[in-house]
Amino acid sequence: MELRGFKNRNATPGYIYFEGEKESQNSWERFKRFSARAVKGELFVGLWIVLREMIKFNIHTVQYPLQKLQMFPRYRAIHKLLRLFESGHERCIGCGLCEKICIANCIKIDTKVDENSRKLVTEYSINFGRCIFCGYCAEVCPELAIVHGDDYEHASEQRAHFGLREDMLTPIDEFKAKKQKEFPGFGALSKDADKFVKKTPLAY
Amino acid sequence: MSDITVTIDGKQCRANEGEYILNIARRNGIFIPAICYLTNCSPTLACRLCLVEIDGKRAYSCNAKAKDGMAVTTKTEEIEVERKAIMKVYDTNHPLECGVCDQSGECELQNYTLEMGVDHQEFSIADTIRPVHEWGFIHYDSSLCIVCERCVTICKDMIGESVLKTVPRGGVALPKEWKEVAPKDTYAMWNKLQKSLIGIASGADTLECTNCGECTAVCPVGALVGSDFQYSSNAWELQKIPASNPHSSDCSLIYYDVKQTNIKDPIEKIFRVSSDYNYAPLHGGIRYGYDFENKGEGKDQKAMKKAVKFFKEEADTIKFDSFITNEEAFILQKLKEKYGYKLVNDDAYAYKRFLENFRKTAGKSLYSGDIKSLQNSNFVVSVGSYVKSDNPNVGYGINNALTMNKGAGLYFHPIIDPIVDGYSKNMLCINHKVGVEESILYLVLDLFGDKERLPENLLKYLESFHSKEKKTIAEIVKEQVKEIVKDEESGEEKEVVKTVSKKIEKEIEVDKNSLYDTVGLDDDFDTKLKKMLMKKDKFFLVAGEDLYNHKRAENLAKLLGLIQRYTNFEILIIPSKTNTLGVSLICDLDEKVGKKVAGYNVKADFNLSALGKGDLSFPALNQQEGTFTSLNKRVVPTNVALSFDGYCLNDLANELGLKAENTIDYTFELGRVSGYKSEEFDELPNEFLNSGVENRGYLLDVESFEANDEVGEIEDIDFGDQSVVYLANPVMQFSAFTNRAHQLNEAGALYASSDYMEANGFKDGSMVLISTKDAKLAVAIKYDHQIKGMIPYLPTFDTKLEVMPFFEDGYRYAKVEIKGVQND
Ligand code: SF4
Ligand code: SF4
Ligand code: SF4
Ligand code: SF4
Ligand code: FES
Repeated sequence: MELRGFKNRNATPGYIYFEGEKESQNSWERFKRFSARAVKGELFVGLWIVLREMIKFNIHTVQYPLQKLQMFPRYRAIHKLLRLFESGHERCIGCGLCEKICIANCIKIDTKVDENSRKLVTEYSINFGRCIFCGYCAEVCPELAIVHGDDYEHASEQRAHFGLREDMLTPIDEFKAKKQKEFPGFGALSKDADKFVKKTPLAY
Repeated sequence: MSDITVTIDGKQCRANEGEYILNIARRNGIFIPAICYLTNCSPTLACRLCLVEIDGKRAYSCNAKAKDGMAVTTKTEEIEVERKAIMKVYDTNHPLECGVCDQSGECELQNYTLEMGVDHQEFSIADTIRPVHEWGFIHYDSSLCIVCERCVTICKDMIGESVLKTVPRGGVALPKEWKEVAPKDTYAMWNKLQKSLIGIASGADTLECTNCGECTAVCPVGALVGSDFQYSSNAWELQKIPASNPHSSDCSLIYYDVKQTNIKDPIEKIFRVSSDYNYAPLHGGIRYGYDFENKGEGKDQKAMKKAVKFFKEEADTIKFDSFITNEEAFILQKLKEKYGYKLVNDDAYAYKRFLENFRKTAGKSLYSGDIKSLQNSNFVVSVGSYVKSDNPNVGYGINNALTMNKGAGLYFHPIIDPIVDGYSKNMLCINHKVGVEESILYLVLDLFGDKERLPENLLKYLESFHSKEKKTIAEIVKEQVKEIVKDEESGEEKEVVKTVSKKIEKEIEVDKNSLYDTVGLDDDFDTKLKKMLMKKDKFFLVAGEDLYNHKRAENLAKLLGLIQRYTNFEILIIPSKTNTLGVSLICDLDEKVGKKVAGYNVKADFNLSALGKGDLSFPALNQQEGTFTSLNKRVVPTNVALSFDGYCLNDLANELGLKAENTIDYTFELGRVSGYKSEEFDELPNEFLNSGVENRGYLLDVESFEANDEVGEIEDIDFGDQSVVYLANPVMQFSAFTNRAHQLNEAGALYASSDYMEANGFKDGSMVLISTKDAKLAVAIKYDHQIKGMIPYLPTFDTKLEVMPFFEDGYRYAKVEIKGVQND
């Protein structure tokens, strides 16, 4: 086993320290850095597009928050945890695949064995401050338990912003009112999925 | 050593005659799929995945023995078809529950199913109900079991308890029509698989073993898991921290599997301990006793100031135990050099003296054996070690040698131990009287000493035990007799010759060895021994803790030295605690404490403690980095699994004028101690290589000196008929640290066998009063089904029980009076 990770005694585990760019040594170098940062041609490209569309009166501005966009099913916003249609139980089985695949490393799951000897998910959290809404978690989930909703308003006051299970799980009254919709978006099975499955033979 | 060459997939590999092909391949970095084989255990041929072609013929690489010039092909089209079919069979009726399974991510069934590219299934068979069992520390879900028999194998060949066995599955028989469809080996393997599951050999409904948990470690799937770990974390979320077993001196390689406690509490927690089960087994003490960490409350400056004041102004002694690292021992030694403190450590002191005496006659600074050579031996003698509890890994080594090398052994100990007795039918357990260890060692010298080389006076002394004795033995002789038989019909008389057996008494002269009587050996011991010694060539002697504080310890040590020099025995003198060997080599120890004592994990006037509630809190061994000196004479590193935000011994030492940023700065300086090397901690490896080579830390240098032959004569102790109590911990407990772990926490008691309880009319849980002239202790009595006989034992792991007053001089046997007290 590689022991390198244990040799750096001052760093918080998991962080890689980056030296940054070299500091300018004299005023000439400082001037060069300033010019390189301040004068960029791309700025004018953008300005030109805005000007062009303005002249054409081709304006798409939505009057947010008075107006809100309806998101498409495949849009990836704040996650939802769904319930099973038959029983109302949570779908998440705690397999941990979403936790593993998450690129931003922002999902955490706690599980334990319950009194029926089943695996119980006791807590589920996503740090939305780190989530990049890539949709991998929804795609990998074998139970279609974690899905992306269409709630894209997740500004928060702090960098870290945790969504817990209670925030994401379909509330039971909403579920009973049959308001939970099956998720057609990212990671859901396609309509013709059956065609690609080879059946396993059963002996009875 | 490597004497032959085999070619595996075109690669020339050096090997020993008779080695298994699979092991040669592994050593040479050639991959052969295999599930059921365990290194150091016997092949069971359950999985048949390790199929290869040797010189054009099919063979199983896990039990094919190498011969010079063999050509092995690990992959052919035919073999690949077979392997894929085998994986399909394993997948039939396997519950699709990887999502919740504890093994997911490190499951060999998952891995090989993917490796073999199983993408559809053509096999099927009616399913059987396979129930879940709760076996105490272990959870067995038989529906996940693939009956690879690894659990059965490890329990028998390594651990030595044979608690598990295959039991009938109770399903339908494999329909014959699959014979046409399935490849040959697949069908054979399926046929076997369909018949069995795993059960407890005794038929009991829970495990009554020493709970090493090795079966859960070797299980390739999620069938056997620790009950406490079940469903608590997915395997890949756990970070493996390589370390060394902190509870006993085998210091085996372990991994603390660490993750944040939970979402609300981001502090790391150890979820389980895992190991490289192919190379080093773990005992239950560390498998379940891992969360013994000390909860720090930050750097308590007031306490530190008090400590510094105490050390500078009052203390003249530091008393400590051997659950510390080499570096800490080195710091204590440096403090001694600077301030002249006395260093008092009871077990290391006894061990140190023992080693010193051993050196005088052995001429070597250390004993010759280690666990590896124990495993390779085929005749093992154990003296003075309650091996099952004292150092289970030595027990595993003995059992492994006995079962794998067709070995035999003699186990000398006053306590009858059914576990050791069960290692092998060639294990002769001799439950001798307390205190005759000297006679035993002399007997070993007498039986196995090289008579050519043994010094004159010793030979004479040994001769003095022998006498000629007349003995009448019954012998059966065949005799021919002539008889006259009358034929009834013809009336003719005929002479016939008949052979009849006749018993005659004969007087012969036999050699009588009076040591046999002292040790308590039967008359037919000679015959038994002769049989046991047949085809034996590698001898090993284990010496244990009973000897170090023995009244005759000095002489015992010298005898061991002589045995090492004049017999073929390799010797292992088991260090009693984790780092007893290290402390005894590094520290210059004193016998008696002075007036004001600072205790490190030992009760004293000022307490430095990793056990909580001390005057100054220190980190426990799973919160420290450093090295231990293991019984294999190896300096092995251990890493920090859990953080500790308080002070450590190094901080205190720095306050007292030493200078080191980290404790492990002293690892390099250890080179100043004879035997140790100057190596930086960060450069020490801690792993097993694919070949099974223990690439961990470094080995101590063994020095040679001029040896002498001076040894005293036997002065065995006679304990008479008074009741005796022994000092030992129950299985899985090693110290106050193991008792802090949540799975092992229990109250200490007087542990006794059923024979003892019955004979004295005690009931499990009733109170007894143990007393001597100067000590008294009221304690509950607890039934221990793993011992027999009339000697109960008192433990040290429970700090609330003051047991040491009974064992004043440290000797593990004490004469006491034990009476029942009325419980109201
Ligand atoms: S959307 Fe992507 S980043 Fe966000 S939680 Fe899922 S996997 Fe992680
Ligand atoms: S992948 Fe789905 S089922 Fe698995 S833990 Fe995540 S949400 Fe739960
Ligand atoms: S044993 Fe392996 S294949 Fe079976 S459910 Fe568990 S992880 Fe999956
Ligand atoms: S319980 Fe595990 S180790 Fe034992 S036979 Fe079953 S699969 Fe193999
Ligand atoms: S490993 Fe050889 S048969 Fe299983």
